Amino acid sequence: MGHELMGQLVQYIQSYLSSDQTPGAAGNMFWVLVYILAVFVGLSIAVIAMNWLERKILAHMQVRLGPMRVGPHGLLQPIADAIKLLLKEDIIPAEADVAIFWMAPFMVVLAAFTVFIVVPFGPTHAVTDMNIGILFMLGVSSLSVLGIVMAGWASNSHYPLIGALRSSAQMVSYEVAMGLAVVSAIVMTSLNASGTGTLSMIGIVQAQQEQGVWFIFKFFPLGLIAFFIFAVAMVAETNRAPFDLAEAESELTAGFHTEYSGFRWSLFFLAEYSAMIAVSSIAVTLWLGGWLRPFPNLLSGSTWDLIFSLFPGVTFLFLAAMCFFNAVRMPKHPFFRIQTIGLAGFGVVLGLIGLVMLVPAVRIRVQDIFWFAAKVAAFMYLYIWYRGTFPRYRFDQLMQMGWKVLLPMGLGVLILTATAGLWPLIQHSIWHP
Amino acid sequence: MAVDTAFNMAPVATPFFFYMLSGIMLIGGILVITRKNPVHSALALITVLLAQAAIYLMLYAPFVAGVQIILYAGGIMVLFLFVIMLVNIDRAAKERTFNSQWLVGSVAAIALGGLFVAVYVKGGNIFPEHALSVIENDNTQKVATMLYGQYMFAFEIASLLLLVAIIGAVVMAKKRI
Amino acid sequence: MTDSNSSLSHLDLETPEKPFLDANELVINMGPQHPATHGVLRVILRLDGEKVLGLECVIGYLHRGVEKIGEHRTYTMFNPYVDRMDYVAAVSNGLGYCETVEKLLHVEAPPRAQYVRVILAELNRLASHQLWLGTHALDIGAITPLFYTFRDREEILKIYEKYCGARLTTHAFRIGGLQYETYNGFEREVKNFLSFFRPKIDEYEELLTTNRIWVERTKNVGIISAKDCIALGVTGPVLRASGVKWDLRKAQPYANYKNFDFDIPTCQNGDTYDRYLVRMAEMRQSVRIIEQAVEGLPEGPVMAKVPKVMKPPAGEIYHSIEAPKGELGYFIVSDGSTQPYRVRVRPPSFVNLQALDLMCRGQLVADVIAVIGTLDIVLGEVDR
Repeated sequence: MGHELMGQLVQYIQSYLSSDQTPGAAGNMFWVLVYILAVFVGLSIAVIAMNWLERKILAHMQVRLGPMRVGPHGLLQPIADAIKLLLKEDIIPAEADVAIFWMAPFMVVLAAFTVFIVVPFGPTHAVTDMNIGILFMLGVSSLSVLGIVMAGWASNSHYPLIGALRSSAQMVSYEVAMGLAVVSAIVMTSLNASGTGTLSMIGIVQAQQEQGVWFIFKFFPLGLIAFFIFAVAMVAETNRAPFDLAEAESELTAGFHTEYSGFRWSLFFLAEYSAMIAVSSIAVTLWLGGWLRPFPNLLSGSTWDLIFSLFPGVTFLFLAAMCFFNAVRMPKHPFFRIQTIGLAGFGVVLGLIGLVMLVPAVRIRVQDIFWFAAKVAAFMYLYIWYRGTFPRYRFDQLMQMGWKVLLPMGLGVLILTATAGLWPLIQHSIWHP
Repeated sequence: MAVDTAFNMAPVATPFFFYMLSGIMLIGGILVITRKNPVHSALALITVLLAQAAIYLMLYAPFVAGVQIILYAGGIMVLFLFVIMLVNIDRAAKERTFNSQWLVGSVAAIALGGLFVAVYVKGGNIFPEHALSVIENDNTQKVATMLYGQYMFAFEIASLLLLVAIIGAVVMAKKRI
Repeated sequence: MTDSNSSLSHLDLETPEKPFLDANELVINMGPQHPATHGVLRVILRLDGEKVLGLECVIGYLHRGVEKIGEHRTYTMFNPYVDRMDYVAAVSNGLGYCETVEKLLHVEAPPRAQYVRVILAELNRLASHQLWLGTHALDIGAITPLFYTFRDREEILKIYEKYCGARLTTHAFRIGGLQYETYNGFEREVKNFLSFFRPKIDEYEELLTTNRIWVERTKNVGIISAKDCIALGVTGPVLRASGVKWDLRKAQPYANYKNFDFDIPTCQNGDTYDRYLVRMAEMRQSVRIIEQAVEGLPEGPVMAKVPKVMKPPAGEIYHSIEAPKGELGYFIVSDGSTQPYRVRVRPPSFVNLQALDLMCRGQLVADVIAVIGTLDIVLGEVDR
């Protein structure tokens, strides 16, 4: 009996691997849980990596080195920060509303993480494929505004409240522009052979695959303008530079997370980076072809497919080589022995991952995830670059830009995209009334 | 789909989810009217709206559920919270609640209760025909064809109404145009 | 502040819980501890929502009684104290003081000393403007130029350290000339610095001048007209950005500035963006001056014949120089003894700070920070 059940279980697990649906669509609970766990772990690692990358990249842009002491080249710095934040005293302001104070970071993290259910890392590599995928993502990320308003309120102090209201006003304003840009991209999905568009994230990427062009290049320059509008709106949506007035230290009103310390603050921070990754995922899926490899038309054919499928393994091997190179360049002093060994060990781990990724069976499955992650990583770099380069917008200029510049642009792009998409039909109806 | 029947998911969970979600909505609704702190009431209302969105999902209307989350929970409730927080800064929540309209309130509650009982007794026969076919994948398309086809006029009138409301609010609130 | 519009005397600022007469007005305190006030400056803002109706500066948190100390030190002993006033541009302070006492003593520094003084003072102007640029950009949100300007400022500080042993409070000059002869390789290092630095100004400009966000944050912010500048006594780049071509190096030349060929950059509008452009152009002009000074550095003694015990004849004198922040003036009254009777310093930041109220009227709160940054004040100078 037990053996039979085991056999059934194994068959259940294996049967899914050969299907072509996402686990949620197939109703396969085991794999759903596996994917959720993978998303959770992957997101946490991504946030930790983002923390380190942001400090290092920003530092290198500012002609300095960034963290170098905690671990080789500061690689253990995010872990040290996390431990420090966990060990800090949990301060709750005296008159604060404890229930709301407790719930606010929870709400923001919930919104930031739930969004990843529909993010498509590959044609079958999403937790589920809702047919309202993009609508779900926009909706749930608008729930994080609630968390911010709650955080400002619960702090029971004027300046965090004003900061929270400003922050949420900014987020709500730029959601409108984001929505219009998203609708322009959705309109483009309906221009495929079957004639119906789709809101499902996997369907959008498959529409790009079918039409043979990434939507950023479609109806040039309309796709580009829509992408640009979304790119600006998403930076404002996540309260990052140059739209970070609400959390800047040199302004009068403090940010909404002023009264939060320790682990609660780190939850806000986690949610901010997750939200950044989430909106970048939307941008990548809608305009940059999701998991599709670059140049599918220009460099097509099985040899090019092979070359592009080697990219994940080669990337990891390259990172491993960089680790070894820097390990060799470490100072030859007894104090640095552990760091050198650590860096070399890290390089070995990366190298092994790279070698595993060169195996054909793994290659096929992993390359979609790799291209998606690479594109999202490019967006993360852009975020950090903006922070290092741009001054901050004043709040009224920020709101002006959201309502008076991006919104009309979004409307214009939407109308022009719809016209361009229906042009054959319009032409036909003009000449054959 | 080669899925073993022992692990088949579909209809077993539905009553459970329905009762759970309805329970959440009821409890949330009661919390809305019984809390002293208006921010707590607003948050309870948000839970009610989210549970309602889940019920829409169960009715095979994912588009309506998504729009409910975006507009209601993420837009209108944020507006509510803004107003509560900006107006209520000095803790007027500590006021005592008052119950001076109990006669009218009871009459309204009894009438509503009678309505619920009537619906329960009559069951599905209240609605003359099925409004929409319940294929989940088509919900967005179906809503779109209806909204922009059959009900186009009503849609435009509704948006014009909203525009008038926005302009009216701006005119009334600004100190000078 | 005797202007009735901005006087806050009808408000009781000590007990702010008392209700105010005007319900729309909010009084906010930008306390002495604030990351953007460039020192311990307290600004009390009267706001209507986001708009500034007026403000009042409360100063004195850094008052150290420098002028009183001056009455109890000999002229030579007082020399190190003047560095600590405008600690960002210490060399200029020393230049002003030494020249004033030299005028009192009817002594003139030898030409070589004057050329070296010009080189060091202009390097000081560059260092001060670099610090201004870094901190001003940081306040407005551009966090990167700070690191670039400080990296380049290091080179100037290295030259100072090699010359007189100190980076910040240099005490570089003596009454009558210089104490130290320039070190071996001084001219070579200054020339290397100039060729290193010239493209850096372009680097700073590339980051900010045409940056749309920078322009929006600084254009039409903190406008002050030429008439108001002159009425309030505002000098320095603030005055020049409002259109008045007044620079003491040309108008009342000192320390052999007549021998050098340079321009006075001015702008028309008097807003923050113009002040930024004027200071960037001044940096380029300083580079020109240093170049010419290093080319034409004469040989000779560096110290004039000055008595060991200085007893200037009784009298008074006012002498001012063009410090990086404006007109820095010294008014010294001597009663014939070894210690001055009165040393009064006219710091440029103190007088420029008066204009803050006028410049911030009608601006938003976020602009107040930009305006404080653009005035380029140093609290050590304001309070003394």
